[in-house]
Amino acid sequence: MKPKQNSAASVPIMDAEAIRRALRRIAHEIIEGNPKLESIVLAGIPSRGVEIARRIGTFISEIEKAQVETGVIDVAMHRDDVGTRKELPVVRASKLPVPLEDRTVIIVDDVLYTGRTVRAAMDAINSFGRPARIQLAVLIDRGHRELPIRPDYVGKNLPTATREQIQVRLQESDDEPDGVYLEKQ
Amino acid sequence: MTSRWTRKDLLGLRELSADEINFVLETTDAFKQVGTREIKKVPALRGKTLVNFFVEPSTRTRTSFELAAFRLSADVINIAATTSSLTKGETLKDTARNLEALHADIIVLRHSSAGASQFLANRLKASVINAGDGAHEHPTQALLDLYTIRERRGKIAGLHVAIIGDILFSRVARSNIFGLLKLGARVTLVGPSTLVPREFEKLGVEVSHKIEDILPNADVVNLLRIQHERQRREYFPGLGEYIRLFGLTKQRAKLLKPECLIMHPGPINRGVEIDSEIADGLQSVILDQVTNGLAVRMAVLYLCGGIAS
Repeated sequence: MKPKQNSAASVPIMDAEAIRRALRRIAHEIIEGNPKLESIVLAGIPSRGVEIARRIGTFISEIEKAQVETGVIDVAMHRDDVGTRKELPVVRASKLPVPLEDRTVIIVDDVLYTGRTVRAAMDAINSFGRPARIQLAVLIDRGHRELPIRPDYVGKNLPTATREQIQVRLQESDDEPDGVYLEKQ
Repeated sequence: MTSRWTRKDLLGLRELSADEINFVLETTDAFKQVGTREIKKVPALRGKTLVNFFVEPSTRTRTSFELAAFRLSADVINIAATTSSLTKGETLKDTARNLEALHADIIVLRHSSAGASQFLANRLKASVINAGDGAHEHPTQALLDLYTIRERRGKIAGLHVAIIGDILFSRVARSNIFGLLKLGARVTLVGPSTLVPREFEKLGVEVSHKIEDILPNADVVNLLRIQHERQRREYFPGLGEYIRLFGLTKQRAKLLKPECLIMHPGPINRGVEIDSEIADGLQSVILDQVTNGLAVRMAVLYLCGGIAS
């Protein structure tokens, strides 16, 4: 973990094994809910959603001996708060197989909070084409939705206060051991 | 690399850090991808108004900014010098204040005076993008050149880039020199001593007056347009002599390494700085530059226009 301020307390919520089990269960649920596995595209939101999508895809191919496609969907240029920030983060190139017609796109992200990122992701996906359906898989659902959006696959439901923060760390994207932490300010 | 962008204006590459230049190039990757989507338009600048304010004539730069703005969902007004009140004696500052009173969010300025965009940026809340100011800078042209080199060669550091031709009054050359040096390239300016004086060495580049010495070891040659409409007799010997000494003819192109890129900011004077066949040849990336120019301008408008004012 990165050094914390003294006032912040960091509570471990999931360790590497818990994350592994949660993603493996999500893989099973995706297989169960989607008889046509070959139509699935796992679309990760940068940066950790991309890594989570890759891991779910690996689990699916281990369980079913079938490859599912994975892609990247960056939401920065579809957000609803452009022009309200003093600084802008880097935008990553999106990468989805086309055409998306008759495909099931599963948006994958680490934490579901207000739902605004997911709305932007759905908007972005539609500019690539018109998929048959869009679903949502998240490692953590922390509540506090501001839009009518709900996940189809959840690793862990974690009721939080708005002043708290969820930190997800993944070896590949953060160069730190896998873990989920709840930080109280 | 820096992970944040905080500038509302893009005035030149001289004031940007290597990190910031790389940040724009990386953002350009994302916007280039948008051009391959079924719907090539994103809502990033929805509700914003962009004014293309061109006090000097330009078709390709203006069109490129215009299409970039459309793809970002901004509204666009084009104002050319001949249609503006400038001919009636209105000052640049007054014109700009009028544009701001119309709630323009982004002003793309092409002007014959060096520093014109800086002048506006200092006075306006709107974002100001320099689309060429006198002989000073043309940052988006240099950014698209950098992007094209990086895309084709995978890197910029360590490459040897020759900029050939009409350099003395070239804002394209100046912006390219700043950008290339910051990203670690080796730069040689090539041309007649009147257009490429040794003074340029102070910027950290090499100067050569003999094109045959440079072509065999260049990784990129960037041929600038001979601005014959601007040339004055004392700088320029005449087109025939220029072609004989510095034109990239078929014969001279044989000196190039096979992987050397041939670039030109356009519009090309075919048969002057470059032979027609070479401009259309396999080493030429001139049309890639046009495509990448659109993506670079989308990235710049998104970054500068997306910052809270």
